[in-house]
Amino acid sequence: MKKLLTATAVVALTAGSAFAGGHAKEVKLGILLGFTGPIESLAPAMGAGAELAMAEVTESGKLLDAAKVTPLRADTGCIDNGLSTANGEKLLADGASGIIGGDCSGVTGAILQNVAIPNGMVMISPSATSPGLSTMEDNGLFFRTAPSDAREGQVMAEILQNRDIDSIALTYTNNDYGKGLADAIQSSFEAVGGEVTIVTAHEDGKGDYSAEVAALASAGGDILVVAGYLDQGGLGIIQGALDTGAFDTFGLPGGMIGDSLPANVGSDLDGSFGQIAGSDSEGAEVYAKMAAEAGFDGTSAYSPESYDAAALFLLAMQAAGSMDPAEYGAKILEVANAPGEKINPGELGKALEILANGGEIDYEGATGVELIGPGESAGSYREIEVKDGKNATVAFH
Amino acid sequence: MDFLNALVALSNFVLVPGIAYGSQLALGALGVTLIYGILRFSNFAHGDTMAFGTMVTILFTWWFQSLGISAGPLPTALLALPFGILATMALVVGTDRAVFRFYRQQKAKPVVFVMVSLGVMFMMNGLVRFIIGPGDQRFSDGERFIIKARTFKQMTGLDEGLAIKTSQGITVVTAIIVVAVLFWFLNKTRTGKSMRAYSDNEDLALLSGINPERVVMYTWLIVAVLATVAGTLYGLDKSFKPFTYFQLLLPIFAAAIVGGLGSPLGAIAGGFVIAMSEVIITYAWKKVAKYLLPESLEPDGLVQLLSTDYKFAVSFAILIVVLLFKPTGIFKGKAV
Repeated sequence: MKKLLTATAVVALTAGSAFAGGHAKEVKLGILLGFTGPIESLAPAMGAGAELAMAEVTESGKLLDAAKVTPLRADTGCIDNGLSTANGEKLLADGASGIIGGDCSGVTGAILQNVAIPNGMVMISPSATSPGLSTMEDNGLFFRTAPSDAREGQVMAEILQNRDIDSIALTYTNNDYGKGLADAIQSSFEAVGGEVTIVTAHEDGKGDYSAEVAALASAGGDILVVAGYLDQGGLGIIQGALDTGAFDTFGLPGGMIGDSLPANVGSDLDGSFGQIAGSDSEGAEVYAKMAAEAGFDGTSAYSPESYDAAALFLLAMQAAGSMDPAEYGAKILEVANAPGEKINPGELGKALEILANGGEIDYEGATGVELIGPGESAGSYREIEVKDGKNATVAFH
Repeated sequence: MDFLNALVALSNFVLVPGIAYGSQLALGALGVTLIYGILRFSNFAHGDTMAFGTMVTILFTWWFQSLGISAGPLPTALLALPFGILATMALVVGTDRAVFRFYRQQKAKPVVFVMVSLGVMFMMNGLVRFIIGPGDQRFSDGERFIIKARTFKQMTGLDEGLAIKTSQGITVVTAIIVVAVLFWFLNKTRTGKSMRAYSDNEDLALLSGINPERVVMYTWLIVAVLATVAGTLYGLDKSFKPFTYFQLLLPIFAAAIVGGLGSPLGAIAGGFVIAMSEVIITYAWKKVAKYLLPESLEPDGLVQLLSTDYKFAVSFAILIVVLLFKPTGIFKGKAV
């Protein structure tokens, strides 16, 4: 038996090095995002962002003896726990050394519980924002480059207060993300003295939202806050509310910010406002330019976060000198936060070199990465207002 | 005045959207019910057939728009609709020849057909996404509203507005025309009669010299018309997204079963029952009650029977009740 094992190991090793070709090593990173399902319009730019960081590192040739970084894409369906778990297992079987993902909060929790923790695999989610994930026991394996919704709730309450809005009707998409965010918005807004007239869920991907709009209209309120997805029920609710004249202005949390919403709704959306994770760091601009050169939209929601997630993996591996999750996992917080030299997007080669020489870095990346608490982004937000059919950034929080 | 306000609020939020949605469901359910009645299986590919027809209509609409052809105040999609129907006819007849005919010759059990239609559904699902992508597509143009909420308020001086979208008007008118033509066809024409005969008793129909392949082909052609019209109307009223069309399958089947599978009249009734019950049972009556009741009785709460979270539970509860007490549906259809 022992001999068989040794023989298998030897075969596997030689086969591995044969495949790796010119490179001494190959680092495989899983990209586990919802390429189908409710956020399928965001996922391509997110995947491209992560792959951009990997290509940059491969090109620099400085990661762990000129290792080549190979992305492995897999689908979560955004709301499909079974699919996500199966695909997570598949990524591990294919030899991924880390998983970028999941994307939506529910499946992220499922992958974490069923795949990452049992196998000791590190996950960095670029877009899971449910507050529930902050408190989930994760053995130090889970990080996110997106802030928790608890923080978004506070920011939204602040924005509503600044705009002299006393009462809101609130509807959320019926999943972990929507419920968590709605709770955060409601409690934060009520804490500053606002009134929430109704809180009601809507299902995504359904044919008709007349019933939800009717209930929301009956309850009334200054504006309607839609904590949903812009490609899904969120759009249907807004369209329905505008058509029936129930509400004129909408509050739009992160999941509702994207170019397709104003384009689909048209001029009626002007004056609606919201917020999305994002900073005024120079990294964001650099990243947008790099993305444009690579042929995708770097301002698309959670695309910069995805680039950062991939970059953090590779930098931590370099810092640990290993692609074993048990060894590099602890280094993620180190490379993400001060002290050290600030690293913007496009400077990954430089960062790898500093780390190789035993130096320290403070990865800023495309979103001004600053990981707090159990390893989640501290969260700066862009305040967005829809003006002339475009999302315009009016302030930072 | 208060009574009028209550009436207008009710129409705006319940009656108008409910009737439009009901018409769309009814057209979809008609297609499902025809397939069930004549080919004897539940066609799960129906939602995606609708998506395919709508997609072709959208592509033609965009082409017409780029050529500057428009239908004035009406959406250009109405001009593109015949082309969408033709393409869908080609698709479903092609699928039938390539897939379903084989199983018909094998005299496969209905459940095999259902599984086959599931496979066809996934193929169509992929085809549509491959051609037009998974995202939202807008293709409505022309006047958006017959009457706007704000204009209505100014005209009548009431506090409540009433909005009727062009798409809602077109939906109802088109649905009435399509249904009238369909019933005329089924009841008066030779082909329609042979379809009904085939549906009632296959063996007797064959004995009397009805060509089954012809009946099947006509059924698919009609289903293509119904699916494309339903899909396009739905897309005009809301928006086109392949995923949503796939999900529409659920309420459409609920409507067809509640009405009685295989009964065209039942499909229409079922469509409206499902649409209306979703809206009415979950409506918050606060606003209406405020207008109708004296001030002392004014409700504090929302006066909502069920939260909208349960709106699908409502249609399925109706479905279960119907299946328990009248398994063949409201209008006697075939037993499920």
